[in-house]
Amino acid sequence: MSVLIYAENAGGKFKKSIFEAVSYARAIADQNNTSVTAVSIGNVDATELASLGKYGADKVLNVSGDKLKDFINQAYASVIAEAAKKEGSAVVVLSNTFSGRGLAPRIGVKLEAGVADGAVALPEQAVGSFKVKKTAFSGKAFAMVELTSAIKVIALVPNSYKVVETGGAAQVEDFSVETKASDFKAMIKEIVRSTDKVSLPDAEIVVSGGRGLKGPENWGMIEELAELLGAATACSKPVSDAGWRPHSEHVGQTGIAVSPNLYIAVGISGAIQHLAGVSSSKVIVVINKDPEAPFFKVADYGIVGDAFEVLPKLIAAVKEYKASA
Amino acid sequence: MKILVCVSNVPDTTTKITFTDNNTQFNTNGVQFILNPYDEIALARAIELTDGGKGTVTVINVGESNTEATIRKALAIGATDAVRINAKPHDAWYVACQIAQYVKANPFDLILTGRESIDYNGSKVAGMLGELLDLPSVSIIKKLDAGDSDATVEREIEGGKEVLTIPYPFVAGTAEGVAEPKIPNMRGIMSARTKPLAVVEPVEVKTFSEIVSYETPAPRGQVKLIPPDDTAKLVELLHTEARVI
Ligand SMILES: Cc1cc2nc3c(=O)[nH]c(=O)nc-3n(C[C@H](O)[C@H](O)[C@H](O)COP(=O)(O)OP(=O)(O)OC[C@H]3O[C@@H](n4cnc5c(N)ncnc54)[C@H](O)[C@@H]3O)c2cc1C
Repeated sequence: MSVLIYAENAGGKFKKSIFEAVSYARAIADQNNTSVTAVSIGNVDATELASLGKYGADKVLNVSGDKLKDFINQAYASVIAEAAKKEGSAVVVLSNTFSGRGLAPRIGVKLEAGVADGAVALPEQAVGSFKVKKTAFSGKAFAMVELTSAIKVIALVPNSYKVVETGGAAQVEDFSVETKASDFKAMIKEIVRSTDKVSLPDAEIVVSGGRGLKGPENWGMIEELAELLGAATACSKPVSDAGWRPHSEHVGQTGIAVSPNLYIAVGISGAIQHLAGVSSSKVIVVINKDPEAPFFKVADYGIVGDAFEVLPKLIAAVKEYKASA
Repeated sequence: MKILVCVSNVPDTTTKITFTDNNTQFNTNGVQFILNPYDEIALARAIELTDGGKGTVTVINVGESNTEATIRKALAIGATDAVRINAKPHDAWYVACQIAQYVKANPFDLILTGRESIDYNGSKVAGMLGELLDLPSVSIIKKLDAGDSDATVEREIEGGKEVLTIPYPFVAGTAEGVAEPKIPNMRGIMSARTKPLAVVEPVEVKTFSEIVSYETPAPRGQVKLIPPDDTAKLVELLHTEARVI
């Protein structure tokens, strides 16, 4: 068999979520006594490609060239499916990123493979049975999906599997696939990266603000705390609906689902729809002036107090901790 | 422009999720079903794009007769007509195969889905439809501007955004930002009763996946309350006890 992992890059670099996915692919390969091949598409340099070996990739297929420089869903899906065929892969692993979510279903159809999106744990395998635990009902539950097809596609949620360094080395090979013109109908006009900010879906720490912050002019405190902690910023739905923050920051059942190590919620009530998208965070801190706010029921640490008094003090305490660390 | 909007019938967002039969079945007892919130966004944008007689909006749902209230809601919001493929939606692959079969016989210029359904959160139908119909697909878009022969869409990427132009026909999954959901008015509700709703029988499809059981997240321990003056204590606990900073 062999396990194939698609190593998505952002501007030529792999992110932590990819090291998680490679580690995850390695663990599946070990369960089945087989090897891991990573496929990388786009212009990534040799050292970066070889670094995938550290997390358990035995081989890296490198697809480069100008045509495939930027992400085109259809074309990338074709390349990954061809790589899986070449390697005889029985399992294809992707990271459940925005791009991964576009690719997984297309690859699934190409390979006639069942797709487990939103996977949060290693598959449970027995003879003739392959089950993957995935999030369902927007984080209010998990479902065990049994994939019954010969090939399986799994999209792993960032922060749900640990990075494991095996210290191995990967052999890098150039790989090329004949591309179809029809794969390039969609054309990229512009890519805008906000390099100074931590991206929300794969952030390890998230500082989030709700309607309790009263207005966009008060977000400076949220941003300052986030910057000190190397965190991404987020918000509740009414905040983005009111235009205080962009839609891309809205977390919850109808926003982005996040599972950081630490989620700090300030002035957010903890409505069921908000909790749905954040409750799989490992540690939750809630700051709210209402001791009855439902968020306290799911929090690990809480401060009952006015955000306008607590946040400046918390910022000062974090600065002090940083200075002494 | 002929637009197809794929809609799903999902548990209301306030639903507390429970299971029966030894955690193998979702407990629908007392659960209110609604039009999937992301599909409302797709529908709203489709109606805007065809406003003033510039085209038609067909909604399609794979579901048994109990989803007709949701389909009628979509008609009340402003869809032109509706199709129900008479089957239990087994999984995304099953749904995509049924819709693709319909589209092969009845082509559209633009096919919209919601970015995901709020029950199984797969975000797979758009991509699978794209592949089954050999059309471009974008799974999660934040903006959709329609031109005559192509559309400009914006999609989110980790830490940024990407702007694409795509010629029709194509498939896109809509997220917040694409449009504001529309509320049906009295005229819409009245006319929805008489708008065409075709019922189509499903085709055979191979099965690749099956949900075998469910679980609910482990309950969290009690919250540790820290006095508002002692933020240093919180920082210390996050460092030494929770080990997250
Ligand atoms: C279909 C649907 C989908 C939805 N999806 C989502 C979703 O994905 N994400 C989401 O977030 N919501 C969602 N909602 C909305 C959700 O139901 C709540 O309305 C929303 O989460 C509330 O946001 P909030 O807590 O910021 O605001 P509020 O409910 O107004 O709460 C503000 C909180 O701030 C506290 N507060 C006020 N002043 C201060 C202060 N000075 N210091 C400290 N605390 C203070 C208050 O005690 C209160 O708890 C959805 C709703 C529907 C109907």
